[in-house]
Amino acid sequence: MSTGSVGWIAADVLIDEVAPAGRAPTRRRRARPRLWRVSILLLAFIYFIGPLVSAFKYSLIQADGSYGFGNYWKIVNSSAILTALATSLEIAGIAAVVVVTLMLPTVVWVRLRRPKLTLLLEGVTLLPIVIPPVVVAAGLEQMQRSAPSWVVSLLFNHALTGLTPFYIVLAMPFTYRALDTGVRAIDLRTLVDASRSLGASWFTTMTRVILPNVQTAVLGAMFLTIALCLGEVVIANLLLYQTFPVEIIQQSLAGTAGIAVALSNLSLVFTFVLLFSLSFVGSRRSGRASRVF
Amino acid sequence: MIRFEGVQRHFADVSALDGLDLEIDKGELIALLGPSGCGKTTALRILGGFDRPDAGKVFVNDVDVTTLPAHKRDMGMVFQAYSLFPNMDVRTNVAFGLRMRGQDKAKRLQRADELLELVGLAQTADRYPHQLSGGQQQRVAIARALAIEPEVLLLDEPLAALDARVRLQLRAEIRSLQQRLGITTLFVTHDQSEALSIADRVGVMRSGRLEQIDTPQNVYRQPATQFVAEFVGAMNRLPGRIGDRGEVQILGHRVAVANPEGYASGGAVDALLRPESIAVVRDSAGPGEITDRTFLGSVTRLEVTLDSGQKVLVDAHGHGADSPAPGERVGLQIVAESVTVTPAADTPAEPELAIEPA
Amino acid sequence: MPFTVYVLVFLGIPLYMVVHGSLTTNGGSFTFDNFKSTFTSPEYKAAFENSLVLALWTSLLGALFGVWLAAAVIAGKPGGMLRRVVSSASGVFAYFAGFPLAFVFIATLGAEGAATVLLRNLGVNLYAGNFRITSILGVGLAYVYFQIPLMVILITPALEGLRPQWQEAAQSLGATKLSYLRHVAIPVLAPSVIGATLILFGNAFSAYATALALAGSTLAIVPAQIDDAINGNVLVGQTNVGLALGVEMILVIVVVMVGYGLVQRRARRWLQ
Repeated sequence: MSTGSVGWIAADVLIDEVAPAGRAPTRRRRARPRLWRVSILLLAFIYFIGPLVSAFKYSLIQADGSYGFGNYWKIVNSSAILTALATSLEIAGIAAVVVVTLMLPTVVWVRLRRPKLTLLLEGVTLLPIVIPPVVVAAGLEQMQRSAPSWVVSLLFNHALTGLTPFYIVLAMPFTYRALDTGVRAIDLRTLVDASRSLGASWFTTMTRVILPNVQTAVLGAMFLTIALCLGEVVIANLLLYQTFPVEIIQQSLAGTAGIAVALSNLSLVFTFVLLFSLSFVGSRRSGRASRVF
Repeated sequence: MIRFEGVQRHFADVSALDGLDLEIDKGELIALLGPSGCGKTTALRILGGFDRPDAGKVFVNDVDVTTLPAHKRDMGMVFQAYSLFPNMDVRTNVAFGLRMRGQDKAKRLQRADELLELVGLAQTADRYPHQLSGGQQQRVAIARALAIEPEVLLLDEPLAALDARVRLQLRAEIRSLQQRLGITTLFVTHDQSEALSIADRVGVMRSGRLEQIDTPQNVYRQPATQFVAEFVGAMNRLPGRIGDRGEVQILGHRVAVANPEGYASGGAVDALLRPESIAVVRDSAGPGEITDRTFLGSVTRLEVTLDSGQKVLVDAHGHGADSPAPGERVGLQIVAESVTVTPAADTPAEPELAIEPA
Repeated sequence: MPFTVYVLVFLGIPLYMVVHGSLTTNGGSFTFDNFKSTFTSPEYKAAFENSLVLALWTSLLGALFGVWLAAAVIAGKPGGMLRRVVSSASGVFAYFAGFPLAFVFIATLGAEGAATVLLRNLGVNLYAGNFRITSILGVGLAYVYFQIPLMVILITPALEGLRPQWQEAAQSLGATKLSYLRHVAIPVLAPSVIGATLILFGNAFSAYATALALAGSTLAIVPAQIDDAINGNVLVGQTNVGLALGVEMILVIVVVMVGYGLVQRRARRWLQ
């Protein structure tokens, strides 16, 4: 992913999609296939699916020129790749959890107590979009150089500490949007009042009442954060950390493009599965809800 | 002037119009009334040219317009809401139809101002639709539809999205405007009081068919079918028996039958009685007890539960304080001169209420 | 709010470092020279030009095909399969900038990519001319891959906001389909389309991951120049000039976002 804006908007789509559309079906004759529709749909199909097929075919070309799953086997057997993947997954997992623990109470608190701060919150969460990743990377590089040594050893000695805090910031635009959409969709005040009047503490209210009700939004925020962490390459590359995407690029530069393509295919499939399973979770939940009410 | 001939329209799983025959005279306001999905809107859309019938024809001034596209029909249409073009100010909106007719700018803007004057919104000409209230928007929509001096005015639930006070006011304004301009109008609504108060004739529709079309008075007083009776206003169904002289005996009273044909003497029937056609008298030995009392303004609606278990709705005039209170025993009197009867239902029915608009 | 503190620390400090560095000489004293040299150096000027050209044509192309695709999808059945698939796929594809996308395109349009080979067999040799997957054109083709879905996502609500009543009202007033488009649909959509195109522009302008994976830092666009300047790949001691470039990038994006905010206000008013 190149900037926050993409994910920030994609988050919206994924979450909105989950909410059942309340729109009454419009009465119209069955749409007849027309040239202007068919042509663009065909074009889009070729342009979007063609490269994916090519990529899959390409990844099957082995070092000796024959077809097979050799590139995929090499990945499984490469300790460098697996180490990098482990690092990236660790970063992704921590970032996903931290971003939700940080953002959800904030979103709830602002909606409940300080609605006037909504605009400020929106503005602050938009900042990472305004600042291109390469500029963030440049700033971090500066920090690395001029910061006191305890900061360097605390933060920058390991990819985990060096990248996670900043990936969380980059993830904010869309985790905020995802969570805000989710919280807007529930009757927050009633839920909180009911829970508090029954004697629940704020912590219990948050974890036992609000969290289950915005489950889909939270999962969406986490999945998008994970996808970002597995895809971010600009900052990691500039700061010379060996994360999964950086490893892929190095594979490609080392002349083993087949492995790089195979790796990016795996990463594509992983993200696909992640995001599509989200819409599955969402529809299952809303299905249950509609049966209850 | 307008004629629907056997018009049919079927959607995937429902038939919205199942052979509609309808004539509208010049200068007449016809209201099509019915529950949602009864086909009234489909009829209007077919007349407007936004939908084509699967079978049947539509004539305007004896010219077959069935396949004429909407933009050539010369019909002004007012929608339920949000039909004003958001990118144009009010004056430009109203002048749009004239612009499409190639009238020059000065003339059409002047005409737009005249029409805005007519609907009492001259001062809003420079505003944009989103700056107007719902009622104002609908007025502008009416002015816009009238600006092209259409042969026919089509109103598709134009008041449904407004709040009650504005609804009543605009309803009266539409009627007086329509009468003043003498414009032929088709008005579609699900609100029976709206239809009864505004129309020259009311057509009650159900499942794609016209159940009855008649003056508001007749539709209310002499509903042609049980559906019409129950959809238009509240209606009691009381079991009765046809007497020797063709009258009906209900609750120990004898009343003339409005539709005696086909009912044999001695047969069991249900009599249909409006709440205002029944009166209550305080009577400690009476056959019923007041079980509910609702003050509705000019009348008080009482629910009487008879000893048989049947519930009867009665409208008592005057203030709530004058009428019997819940718990009091009462007798019932019938104050109508004649009643409509239908074949007896198998089960003793509850009084059925019309679907009141939300 | 702990959240605000967090953002201030982890975004504010890097940002401060960039701005501070861009206004400092290598010796540590205050200067505007870094900015001056970004404007005088022909390489940096060319990089800005390349970045702007890349962002411009990928956003215009993305906008054009995005609107077209979204309109084609919306014309179908509201709850239909096509809509669900395109909506889900857009969310996913818009998200697939960066290295996976780059390698998918190498596999397709690279020197030995499937499309290149296919076209060569049909007698069209892409690589005979100037085309390279690492060129502005090649990278741009990859950008369009995420620009189109992003446009679909951004513009679909606006297209759905076009009320059928508007078209019917226009028709009943004598407008043909064409005059409805001209007088109502296009003017109503214009702010949304412009706003969305601005987002696409900003998106492509600040994007680097895809270009980095496709061409390393050799493609002369602004983010690559920043990368080079900071790593001292070309010249040593250019770090602060790179930071000045970064500040200029931020300014461009801020202008784009402000423009977006302005047209969005109008769009919201019309399409609520």
